[in-house]
Amino acid sequence: MKVLVAVKRVVDSNVSVRVRPDGKGIGLENVKMAMNPFDEIAVEEAVRLREAGVATEVIVVSAGVAQSQETLRTALAMGADRAILIETSEELQPLAVAKLLRALVDKEQPQLVILGKQAIDDDSNQTGQMLAALAGFPQATFASKVIVVDGKATVSREVDGGTETLSLLLPAVVTTDLRLNEPRYVTLPNIMKAKKKPLDKIKPEDLGVDIRPRLKTLKFAEPIKRSGGVIVPDVKTLVEMLKTKARVL
Amino acid sequence: MTKLVSLVIAEHNNASIKAATLNTIAAAQAIRGEIHVLVAGHNAQDAADAAAKIAGVSKVLLADGLQLKAGLAENVVATILQIAYDYSHIFSPATAYGKNVTPRLAAMLDVAQISEITAVNDTDTFERPIYAGNIIATVQSDDAIKVITVRTTAFDPVAAEGGGAPIEKIDAAADSGTSKFVTREVTKLDRPELTSAKVIVSGGRGLGSGENYKQMLEPLADKLNAALGASRAAVDSGFVSNDYQVGQTGKIVAPQLYVAVGISGAIQHLAGMKDSKIIVAINQDPDAPIFSVADFGLVGDLFNLVPEFTAQLSKHAV
Repeated sequence: MKVLVAVKRVVDSNVSVRVRPDGKGIGLENVKMAMNPFDEIAVEEAVRLREAGVATEVIVVSAGVAQSQETLRTALAMGADRAILIETSEELQPLAVAKLLRALVDKEQPQLVILGKQAIDDDSNQTGQMLAALAGFPQATFASKVIVVDGKATVSREVDGGTETLSLLLPAVVTTDLRLNEPRYVTLPNIMKAKKKPLDKIKPEDLGVDIRPRLKTLKFAEPIKRSGGVIVPDVKTLVEMLKTKARVL
Repeated sequence: MTKLVSLVIAEHNNASIKAATLNTIAAAQAIRGEIHVLVAGHNAQDAADAAAKIAGVSKVLLADGLQLKAGLAENVVATILQIAYDYSHIFSPATAYGKNVTPRLAAMLDVAQISEITAVNDTDTFERPIYAGNIIATVQSDDAIKVITVRTTAFDPVAAEGGGAPIEKIDAAADSGTSKFVTREVTKLDRPELTSAKVIVSGGRGLGSGENYKQMLEPLADKLNAALGASRAAVDSGFVSNDYQVGQTGKIVAPQLYVAVGISGAIQHLAGMKDSKIIVAINQDPDAPIFSVADFGLVGDLFNLVPEFTAQLSKHAV
């Protein structure tokens, strides 16, 4: 069974991003980039499935700029077998990425596609569901547990107020939530090994996919900053403030 | 210009309408067109009746079938597709349910989804937070149908009573046969749920251990009828499990009152809670970044201050 995992190169979660003074973009020059945290969980889950003998091959794919190769190499160092970069410097929105992935799904015929539930840059939370729609696959989003047996995936998913378990016929799409697993650290020997693993590069045109953005961003702005608060001298004052000034007690 | 008619996908439990639907209808009202509400479920007449009473709703559509009982995305989306082209806008709440179903619908319609909007600027222009709320993007859609999820904390709910909309039945699409509901475990909480709580008491590394976390924060949370949260540092240190985590990669919350105890205020934590109405920070380091977003800061030893705070609250129930 082949497993396809999609990963995105995003701004590292510890970096504080700023809007450019003209409000037309975000200052991303010389900013530390990393694999989207939810995608790390997706790679980890796929690698564990292969280590357990359930999956035979883990293919990791990314769509984006040439530097996304670094992200793919990280995934290879975590244990993925080979990588595909769909290289473009055009802006890619979730629907376009889903269409690109769908074209790859047609080509590679994976039984399971695992994606992070959401990228921490655009916070869209769409690509997995969209891919499932376009490929005609069932979906289990926000997964906290995945068991694959006999052509079926039993997936526990995080829903508001609890957990829900679904049984999906493969091929299927799963998106990961935080509790699914704890991704491994990449070791130096594995980083060296990853350099020798195959990484193919293709273009969106090769897949015959229209990647035109549907949403135009008119403006980026920083949210209204909270006005600086006050340091209160003691608990008594705090309770008094919460009662009379904030009126929350 | 085409007629503006919005469809709101109701979140419900077949018997009643969930509150998030009321916030979503509020967002749809900003389009200034007619509003229809879809109730897709099983034996969901009561939920449809409740939807018909909501102020501002002009029609309720009820799709009833066993295959819609569990809210499976495949079946719900196939049902909506039968009517989707009648609408200029389709809204759902950005809850686990809405986030699961709506992008699947958008892709079937070959349109973008506009996720988690916090404002409607025009019929095609919306504001939405990106980078965990550190940046607000104003986006314009040129798609024929705008498919939108709504951050419910950004819109005041419409009144649940006062309307009298007619209910029209529509067909439930056939079962996809590829996805099956197995079971649902509702977390037994003697406290409110983190994402919908009005008050949250959250703890960080400063608490030192899981035992201290319980000892210090539980009595305080009891008094405030609060949900319990944690910083990533507290989760990574094993004080609590990671479903407590508030932050960029955890839960995004916006309660009326957020009490941060022993939390220094890393960027990724602030991103998850800075839209809270009132923030209280208790920390021994006066330079901790948490104080830059706190309305009220208390500098000192949390092991003295928290019990004192809890004790004084007995006189002032929330």
